Amino acid sequence: MAMTIHVDIVSAEEEIFSGPAQMVFAPAEMGEVGIAPRHAPLLTRLKPGEVRVQSPQGGEESFYVSGGMLEVQPHVVTVLADVALRARDLDEAQALEAKRRAEEELAQRTSEFEYAQARAQLAEAMAQLRALERLRKAGRS
Amino acid sequence: MAGAREIRGKIRSVQSTQKITRAMQMVAASKMRRAQARMFAARPYAEKIRAVITHLGHAHPEYRHPYLQDREVRRVGYVLVSTDRGLCGGLNINLFKAALTDMQSWSERGVEHELAVLGSKGAGFFARFGGRIVAQTTHLGDRPSVQDVIGMVKVMLDAFTEGRIDRVFLVSNRFVNTMSQRPNIEQLVPITADDDERLHHHWDYLYEPDSKEVLDALLMRYVESLVYRGVVENIACEQAARMVAMKSASDNAGSLIEELQLAYNKERQATITQELSEIVGGAAAV
Repeated sequence: MAMTIHVDIVSAEEEIFSGPAQMVFAPAEMGEVGIAPRHAPLLTRLKPGEVRVQSPQGGEESFYVSGGMLEVQPHVVTVLADVALRARDLDEAQALEAKRRAEEELAQRTSEFEYAQARAQLAEAMAQLRALERLRKAGRS
Repeated sequence: MAGAREIRGKIRSVQSTQKITRAMQMVAASKMRRAQARMFAARPYAEKIRAVITHLGHAHPEYRHPYLQDREVRRVGYVLVSTDRGLCGGLNINLFKAALTDMQSWSERGVEHELAVLGSKGAGFFARFGGRIVAQTTHLGDRPSVQDVIGMVKVMLDAFTEGRIDRVFLVSNRFVNTMSQRPNIEQLVPITADDDERLHHHWDYLYEPDSKEVLDALLMRYVESLVYRGVVENIACEQAARMVAMKSASDNAGSLIEELQLAYNKERQATITQELSEIVGGAAAV
């Protein structure tokens, strides 16, 4: 019987593939790698590309990953696929965006505070109106 | 008859409210199931990445990444996960209370805090309360993606790397079951590696391109996956809490309707009796 290696492909949002394989090909950062059973332990980043899994029956399945990490142990291959497109400056932009939102919120704090105050005053006025109406009714009957 | 008509109007208004709360309850129930499924789907990734990090800890004991090093605490950071919408019982308030208690216990020791907030409820609360919010993301919707948390996590991790904050916590709700959700505070960085005793012989990975970069990317993804899990779990909590809150609202509306119906019937009967006695009285007078 041919030797196999167990392959797990997971992303942060779901499990994509899990099963035995004869050989796995992945787009590592330094070039495509092919991994057979009993490969030496390896840890590398992945480029966007195709991960191909050769099943023991001889079929081949392929999965697109937009980057991620690849871990190899002699009998297990784990592909931690990214869901999002990652790049240093893209991440940076996301971080700046999150910061900007916080600052904006802070700047708007006064207006929001006024809004809350106005709403409280409105509620108070409405309660007074209701009370007046009730009094008027009681006076009539 | 005026009283009876008024009561009938009230009954109708309570009924329409009940219709809304019941619809919300049903929507929350189905959304909760989907959120739970997403919660379970995110689990394998977190487990796998955790396993890799544990391996790393054993394979590579001489190099300590900053994310793995404990240092003296002068300032702490919180990543707080809250909901975007209300009407979900005390879910958010309980969480804020837990966070505030924790902050207070730190500030008693002279430790300041910084906040990164997910969800508009938390952002609103801490803005009013006077928390120091450095990053926020709101309106994640029911299907958040990892993309949404990358930015805020980076803000916190950068602050950690620069040494501005010395510890980062994740504050979010844990989904115990449909009826109960527990506010939970866990440490994100420094990462507390669990000591697995199984692998103690020395071996190391081959790294491409080099160990530091690989480790950087890996640890960052790990923290992100933790936060993402917190977000997804919090959504499941939100829907469960909303379902329960809306169910009790519907039940309350039901008992209110029952009471009003009783009052209405009494009023109607009283009018009929009065009319009857008037007729009888009139007939007797003739």
